[in-house]
Amino acid sequence: MVDPDRQLVFQARGVTKVYDMGEVQVHALRGVDLELYAGELVVMLGPSGSGKSTLLNILGGLDTATDGFVGYLDSDLTRASQRELTEFRRHHVGFVFQFYNLIPSLTARENVAIVTEIARDPMTPEDALALVELGDRLDHFPSQLSGGQQQRVAIARAIAKNPQVLLCDEPTGALDSETGVIVLEALDRVNRELGTTTAVITHNVTIGGMADRVIKMGDGKVTDVLVNQTKKQPHEMHW
Amino acid sequence: MRSIYRKLFRDLWYMRGMALAIALVVTCGVATYVMSRSTLDALTTTLDEFYSEYRFAEVFATLKRAPESVARRVSALEGVDVLATRVVAGASLDIEGYQEPVQAQIISVPDEGPPVLNGLYFVEGRSVDAYRDDEVVVSDAFAEAHGFRPGDELGAVLNGRRKQLRIVGIVRTPEYLYQLAPGSFIPDFERFGILWMGRTPLATAFDMQGAFNDLSLILAPGASREEVIEAVDLILRPYGGFGAIGREDQQSHFYITEEFRQLDQMATIFPVIFLGVAAFLLNVVVTRLVQTQREQIAVLKAFGYSNIQIGVHYLLLVSGIMLLGVLGGLALGIRFGFGLAELYMQFYRFPYIHYQLNPGVVGNALAVSMLAAYIGTMAAVRRAALLPPAEAMRPEPPPRYRQSIVERLGLSRWLAQPTRMIIRHLDRHPVKAFFAVIGIACASALLLMGQFFDGAMNYMMEIQFSMAQRDDLSVTFFEPTSRKALYGLESIPGVEYGEVFRAAPVRLHNGNRTYRTAIQGVEPRGDLFRLLNTDLDVVEPPPDGILIPPHLGKLLGVAPGDTLHVEVLEGSRPTRSVPVADFMEQYIGLGAYMRIDALNKLLREGPAISGVFLETDEAVITDVYDVLKEIPRVAGVSSRLQSIEDFYDNMGETMLVFAFFYTLFAAAIAFAIIYNSARIALSERARELASLRILGFRQSEVAYILLGELALLTLIAIPVGFMIGWALCIYMVSSLQTELIRFPFVMSAGSYAFSAVIVMGSALLTGLIIRRRLYRLDLVSVLKTRE
Repeated sequence: MVDPDRQLVFQARGVTKVYDMGEVQVHALRGVDLELYAGELVVMLGPSGSGKSTLLNILGGLDTATDGFVGYLDSDLTRASQRELTEFRRHHVGFVFQFYNLIPSLTARENVAIVTEIARDPMTPEDALALVELGDRLDHFPSQLSGGQQQRVAIARAIAKNPQVLLCDEPTGALDSETGVIVLEALDRVNRELGTTTAVITHNVTIGGMADRVIKMGDGKVTDVLVNQTKKQPHEMHW
Repeated sequence: MRSIYRKLFRDLWYMRGMALAIALVVTCGVATYVMSRSTLDALTTTLDEFYSEYRFAEVFATLKRAPESVARRVSALEGVDVLATRVVAGASLDIEGYQEPVQAQIISVPDEGPPVLNGLYFVEGRSVDAYRDDEVVVSDAFAEAHGFRPGDELGAVLNGRRKQLRIVGIVRTPEYLYQLAPGSFIPDFERFGILWMGRTPLATAFDMQGAFNDLSLILAPGASREEVIEAVDLILRPYGGFGAIGREDQQSHFYITEEFRQLDQMATIFPVIFLGVAAFLLNVVVTRLVQTQREQIAVLKAFGYSNIQIGVHYLLLVSGIMLLGVLGGLALGIRFGFGLAELYMQFYRFPYIHYQLNPGVVGNALAVSMLAAYIGTMAAVRRAALLPPAEAMRPEPPPRYRQSIVERLGLSRWLAQPTRMIIRHLDRHPVKAFFAVIGIACASALLLMGQFFDGAMNYMMEIQFSMAQRDDLSVTFFEPTSRKALYGLESIPGVEYGEVFRAAPVRLHNGNRTYRTAIQGVEPRGDLFRLLNTDLDVVEPPPDGILIPPHLGKLLGVAPGDTLHVEVLEGSRPTRSVPVADFMEQYIGLGAYMRIDALNKLLREGPAISGVFLETDEAVITDVYDVLKEIPRVAGVSSRLQSIEDFYDNMGETMLVFAFFYTLFAAAIAFAIIYNSARIALSERARELASLRILGFRQSEVAYILLGELALLTLIAIPVGFMIGWALCIYMVSSLQTELIRFPFVMSAGSYAFSAVIVMGSALLTGLIIRRRLYRLDLVSVLKTRE
């Protein structure tokens, strides 16, 4: 439910992003306005090339906007230095990627630990993995885990530092429907139990069912914002 | 342990093959450095200690004959601290059971107490009884060569009188660490010995009672050596002084420091090259690693690792590899260094050697290696540190291929698809191919360089001892003699032919540059001793004028056409001006040559000779020796074949030991480089090759694509390596030029063959290993992972 009194976490105004590809200029974002509120779970829907990954990268401080304003709480991300962006990512944001991006040479526990070791007030890697129901796979290497398990390790890694926001780029994109649901359940649980503001980008319309709000994107712009009156549980969805 | 360090260790473990290969190169570099440096340190420390313990003099002077009172005048000079006079005389020895004549130098020991300067270290036995005329002490090299023990006897001709001498002691002395017979460049312990005898009996035998003909001294602290030498010369001149010299010109010390200098240069050149190769390999490997770990870097950055942390992470990885190599190199270097020091201790006959590892050497090895590694990987690490995370998250765009030059030239219809793939790949990655070629070429160059000494030394000996010198025996007389002596020698049964020569000690001057050497006068149209010009053609000595090696010309600053001032150091000691007629080639020693009649004229004398070159019948050579031994004026006989043997036994050994180690290391490096290049190629192309396998390519076809490229690169690299090898050898030849030996730049066919065979062998072995890995390629898993 959207409560207008809730704290504004992210605010984007007229954000554009132009990639200079030598001969051509690619306009990935053409003036995006957006708000994310504390504790909500937002699904950003759009076809590939709609600019949703670019937007997520900018919100997460991985990339900077060409123009426009991006605010996080009281700080202005568009004016942040590389050093400040690093600090922002280190202490405030958790990322989940489509291809998990675990460090192959580290076990599940170590993949989480590598993040908690540089965080301010993290949970233990064991607790984080228990939260995604992988308490029994602590010492497995990524190559010994299934895709769904790897993605849950990635979620544990993202939430272990107790971030304010969790940004997920196609978290189920590489998974089948059944495994995808398990991963979404983990995300839903983190959102409910820890109150972490969560943004999930996907091209899978079904997933929009579990969101508080669905932000639709197309051609580098926000085309529509829907508020779900009744959220679905992940296990109620399949595709 | 922090997880980022775990990642480091696991990454290192995962790339252990390549890491070990690089560490191996570093090990070789550090080992050669530590080995040579610590050995040199040990040698210099030991030398200094031996010198000071046995009071090795700082100024030496020889003269005809002066009364003791003259020594007191020298002693009273300002700047002279300790002074000692001696009687030194030449003698010929007759050793029972030994055919050839033996030349000896007999040095007096004081009647009372041990020598004040140039002390004796007793290996065995005791010193002589001062007043017995039949007791001698002998140098240990000479004793060893003949198996002498105290109590043994030998016959001697002292000033024309036959005498039986008894050995009472065996010694070493700092004055004769390097023992050369007068006029020789090569130590020969069998045919030249140093003996010590009581002053009174020796002086009596040579009519030197109350007189001396050798003086050495140590300077007072702060005294100027040049001024003292000048003053000593002034005093000794009326007494037939040959000119005082400082320690740096003393024969034994001079040759030792020249050899140390040569070792020192080799100790610098090789490690620098090895570490350069290691830096290059690290650059290739780390660049590749950063490329494959793009996404890992991106994730770490996404979670808040800073640029510096990422940079440090990869620098630590590099440091880990280097540390492994440095530690291995230290261990190996110390082990070899210890052995080498022992070897040199025996070679130079130090009574002891202080092998110690200087902390500075370890520090330098570590610092220089790390510096080389960091310079080599700076670009790659920088790229990792500055990688924008959002960009790194996206896979790299597929490389843009196009038709290669070969195809555009229309040659492709003769090439099968796999061959076309090889050529396109090389065409697409010219920089990568270039570096791979340079890497393998380095291996080939190093091998060529390791082989260089062997070939150059053989060539040098061939020129010196079969093109220039062709005598069987060369006989020298105690004093310049009339030409008639030749006819006497030619009448010995077994002697077929003889040619005379004259040799005179001189000091050559050009402005304030001087050089002490001997001028040898040779017969025109000689056949037993020929002069070679710098193109190695036989040339006639000019009717007047002097021939010198180019290196001597460089030292004196003269060229053909210039004039040299010759200060003769014997007889009436005239000083003359002589034009430099031309340069001549001489690889060992630095002498000057003239026509014998021109030299006689310069010396203001009749047709005198110093010795004779003889051609003899090999079958009756021992009879010739027997006769020569009976001729009182014969001071020494040397055999050309023996000189060659002595050269390899003595001087050759020190260089070849080094060259052997370097060749060993170079072979290891060759393998490391090639293995590394192939492993990197495999990891870069595993996915592509697995895809081909899935499309139905046979294992052998896929292997051909990868290994064919390796073979092609290797074949291109070998000649490139030869060129790099030439450059390195030319550099080495020019930096290793000493007054003792100047290596010619020649490369034997065997050296090329050796280098090429080792490189191709390494490539073949690598190919076999890679093929095994290629055949075990897990097709499915390769396709699953996103590159």
